[in-house]
Amino acid sequence: MTRLFALWLAALLALSPALAAAQDYAEVALSAPAQEAQAVRLMDTIRCVVCQGQPISGSNADIAGDMRRLIRERIAAGDRPEEVRSFLVSKYGDWVSFKPQVRPATMPLWLVPLIALIGGAWLVGRRLRRKGN
Amino acid sequence: MAMVARWFAEGRAMSRKWIVWLPFVLGLALFAAFWAGLRNPSDHVIASGMVGQSLPEFAAGPAMPGQPGAATADFRDGKPRLLNVFASWCVPCVQEVPMLLRLKAQGAEIVGVAVHDSTPDLARFLAENGNPYARIGLDEAGRAQIALGSAGVPETFVVDGTGRIIYQHIGVVTEEDMPKLLAMLVPGK
Repeated sequence: MTRLFALWLAALLALSPALAAAQDYAEVALSAPAQEAQAVRLMDTIRCVVCQGQPISGSNADIAGDMRRLIRERIAAGDRPEEVRSFLVSKYGDWVSFKPQVRPATMPLWLVPLIALIGGAWLVGRRLRRKGN
Repeated sequence: MAMVARWFAEGRAMSRKWIVWLPFVLGLALFAAFWAGLRNPSDHVIASGMVGQSLPEFAAGPAMPGQPGAATADFRDGKPRLLNVFASWCVPCVQEVPMLLRLKAQGAEIVGVAVHDSTPDLARFLAENGNPYARIGLDEAGRAQIALGSAGVPETFVVDGTGRIIYQHIGVVTEEDMPKLLAMLVPGK
């Protein structure tokens, strides 16, 4: 009886579509939780090239699935997330990443808030000094 | 409280009058920019970063019985080729088949990469529209497509004889694109 049950269970498992898709990392998480967390964090910041307002983590487009698969495979193979991001940027340009890359053309993104802060501090400082006089 | 009020009064006296309107004008400009952005959602064309570089490594197995698949190694024999990323489920791809057939008739060699496709679907597509391809690779998981930096179908690349991508055309190949493609593919035309 137990043997029959084991056989039945084995047959069920063999037929299970979830098992058949177990290697398709487009939809299935990596077994290592730390790696999966890294992969998902990266997916959240990669733009779907078809449905452009969405990250690939939340898109049903085929190519978004392909990119999720690629990301999980490369993270599982030991690549760092930023290496995978650079790979995708080399293929599709800066537009594909929601996280801007640091390079001369994007420096204003970091410099403008800093300049505004310094300028604001200077204005407030000047006013306080005049008030003191 | 009185101190803050005095501070503001002093500030007003110091600043020129237009300064008062500056935040309002900036706010209005921002509002106009957001409004314009919402009215015309961007339809950004994503060009491949691989143009000008050598064809990336990919290998897509044969899609049709009796026709070879597509791989990087096929592109290094000195002959320029057209690399057409398409799919049988892609409606606009049907439109460009007559153009591709004409390019083929003029001596161009066209390699197809069929994305997320299947042999029976492709067989139906080729029977209905004609087959301009010398080779068709089946790219089931989109690996070749991502390697090429292609964002959708149809997209067409020109690969020169040394295996370098020299041109990318995004969308359907139309009549206007023919002279340019022919010049790149068939020397002397």
